Amino acid sequence: MRYIDPHIHMVSRTTDDYQRMAQSGCVAVTEPAFWAGFDRSSAQGFQDYFRQLTEYEPRRAAQFGIQHFTWLCINPKEADDPGFAREVISLIPEFLKCDTVLGIGEIGLNKNTRNELVILEEQIALAESHGQMILVHTPHLEDKLKGTRLIMDAIAASAVDPGRVLIDHVEEHTVAEVLDRGFWAGMTLYPDTKMTPQRAVDVIEMYGAERLWMNSAGDWGCSDPLAVPKARIEMSRRGHSQALIDRVTFDNPMTFLGQCERFRDAVVS
Amino acid sequence: MTESRIPIPMNRDQVIDTWFMEHRAKLIDIAAFLDRVDRSIPQSEQADFRDAAFRSAIGILTDGQPDRAKRVLALLSDHSTEMPESAHGMKGALGAVPVTNEGTA
Repeated sequence: MRYIDPHIHMVSRTTDDYQRMAQSGCVAVTEPAFWAGFDRSSAQGFQDYFRQLTEYEPRRAAQFGIQHFTWLCINPKEADDPGFAREVISLIPEFLKCDTVLGIGEIGLNKNTRNELVILEEQIALAESHGQMILVHTPHLEDKLKGTRLIMDAIAASAVDPGRVLIDHVEEHTVAEVLDRGFWAGMTLYPDTKMTPQRAVDVIEMYGAERLWMNSAGDWGCSDPLAVPKARIEMSRRGHSQALIDRVTFDNPMTFLGQCERFRDAVVS
Repeated sequence: MTESRIPIPMNRDQVIDTWFMEHRAKLIDIAAFLDRVDRSIPQSEQADFRDAAFRSAIGILTDGQPDRAKRVLALLSDHSTEMPESAHGMKGALGAVPVTNEGTA
């Protein structure tokens, strides 16, 4: 068996996690830039973080036969100060030349503020002007429905093709609208605040497997880097076909990410 | 019944056999949580909006209608259209908003 975890924050995980993921069949991961659990004190902190994502993590992953790709941005939680956010955004174009960068992400909204929205729009414009794909973070808990709609409206107002955008952290109340508007949808399997593998498989049964993937979003919080293989076991336990399991956990990520030539050329299907 | 794009390949007995014990435990957790809330001393006359939303959501579980998870999430969602300028001074997500006669705020 093989799978792709298309959203995991390996900078926050131990090398043992890479080993366990490889043993569970993980062949590739993609790591969006995100909040470190604290606000960085300067744009230079992001420069170092982007170097870690583009230089160090691919080497660490390669030790276990896992291919590591990344997405770059200023995350929505640190984007509420537009001046600071613009300093960070100005660093990104240079890094877009790196072989393992897939696009701009995870951009989105956190508290659904006007400041966050302005920076989201500027990062959508950055993706558009550089022909990059987009990975979107949607707010958690009570803010998710409103935030998801605001984000989709902002992207719809640009020239970016929704088929090159993945809206992540969808749940039962947002997934249909995301898919209906032509975007890809990601389900994040998280022990507490997001989806369980059981609910994610329920969503696949209710809404189908088209333009849908699952990820662990494993990070520094209570999270599980083996969430995707556990969801595969859940699908198998229910009696779903191997073809369907592979479609959601390997083929669909390949199809979406394969829109980026770098990914398509590097990961052999 | 919710329309399935991909039918669950288990019959009802199998579904209940597989998940009853797990969700029996979760059900008792919820009952115990409500008992705990009721035993605690309120700090004001006004009910906590999260507690009120939680109890409203429980009604969805037994109304016999489909899409319960989606409707619970919608009940616990912010349906407002206003946008604050900045997040400065805002609290973290609370998981619910005050329930009004028209739905959630």
